[in-house]
Amino acid sequence: MLTKRIIPCLDVKDGRVVKGVNFIDLIDAGDPVECAKAYDEAGADELVFLDITASSDARNIMIDVVERTAAQIFLPLTVGGGLRNNEDINNMLRAGADKISLNTAAVNEPEFIQRASNRFGAQCIVVAIDARRLPDCPRIGESCDPAELRWEVFTHGGRTPAGIDAIEWARKAQELGSGEILLTSMDGDGTQSGYDIELTRAVSEAVDIPVIASGGAGNLDHLHHVLHEGKADAVLAASIFHFGTYTIGQAKQYLAERGNPMRI
Amino acid sequence: MIAVIDYGMGNVRSVVKAFASLGYEVSITCSPKVIERASHVVLPGVGAFGDAMQELNNRNLTGAIRDTARDGTPFLGICIGLQVLFDSSEENPGVPGLGLIPGTVKRFQPADPELKVPHMGWNRLTFVRRPPLAEGLAENPFVYFVHSFYTAPADEAVTAATTEYDVTFTSMIWRDNMFATQFHPEKSQATGLQMLKNFAELKI
Repeated sequence: MLTKRIIPCLDVKDGRVVKGVNFIDLIDAGDPVECAKAYDEAGADELVFLDITASSDARNIMIDVVERTAAQIFLPLTVGGGLRNNEDINNMLRAGADKISLNTAAVNEPEFIQRASNRFGAQCIVVAIDARRLPDCPRIGESCDPAELRWEVFTHGGRTPAGIDAIEWARKAQELGSGEILLTSMDGDGTQSGYDIELTRAVSEAVDIPVIASGGAGNLDHLHHVLHEGKADAVLAASIFHFGTYTIGQAKQYLAERGNPMRI
Repeated sequence: MIAVIDYGMGNVRSVVKAFASLGYEVSITCSPKVIERASHVVLPGVGAFGDAMQELNNRNLTGAIRDTARDGTPFLGICIGLQVLFDSSEENPGVPGLGLIPGTVKRFQPADPELKVPHMGWNRLTFVRRPPLAEGLAENPFVYFVHSFYTAPADEAVTAATTEYDVTFTSMIWRDNMFATQFHPEKSQATGLQMLKNFAELKI
């Protein structure tokens, strides 16, 4: 049986992990390669590097990070952040990334998804969607009729409203050749008060490709809910693992006990 | 020397890096001559069946691969490198495959909407028989998959392992010197590295 995946995400800026990983004694908790190795040993199912470097000059630093990681870690690695054309993607894949996540560039020019998918294959193109509930919708956790909920896509790290519906965008991304959706709730992100279950479920039911839920994980029950009620295929989390609140092993044990198929 | 065939079908680097981390010498090549001289041959790749066959034909590689299969050189196909060994695929009807393994490649069509396509992530192997590549592995190890099509051999005797996803499909084949996996050993952590090591240690 296909298992549900747990995917730690590392934010990388100028070649350094932002906040770092503090769950074990690392010689250098800010080194992405060290952090990736620690998660590899801890039983992560995949890894995501999100490059939040502002300047494109620093792109080569990220390529070097990916190269060094891929020489030591034999686990699927997704890299996202600032990739604007097939050349950028090609460089990252050649460095050793397995998948690429596209966000702002794909919203600005949806055909980019198609070009990338045609050239590199749908299996390595992940479309990352940052979605926020429309202001007049109930908030996460408030009881409501899910049919009344609407979500808008945001770009530029969640700062710029794109004026398009998140569910529609997910369908379109699949049509254009995306192999997977990385779905982040901007309402949940950073709150540690739980994923947006309704959003995740709505997207997961709208597409046939796998959906990774992100944004809001604060405890293990949150992971269970988004996999179970939210129908996500995988969960992305940062803080709860980076700070050692829970280990990947504890999370998998907890989820397995509640009937989720896990790789343990 | 292990020859990893680079024929323009996606990223061969991870396979090369995996062998390199195990201490083996690898040559990335699309030269039929290099392939014929190699001690081991690996055909990786991701993408569509029709594209893969076209790229192999454009580079005149099909002869070298057929010769390798016949002369007993250890051969490992991965993902699309497994599928092209078959006669044909529902992905690109009418495009002939290498025809080294009788059978076809079929599309996942799960009736259950909760089963996503591609089949992406970690799933278990059930060994029908234990090939030398499985030496030292757990009984039903987890390996990493990403694919929308699966192989259906005409003769089940080539199947070494199966996996469950909507159907029970052949996830690994083994016939004489030929091995091929639908999953990605180079992305399957210690289990995958052990398989690659076992492969690299095979003698003709």
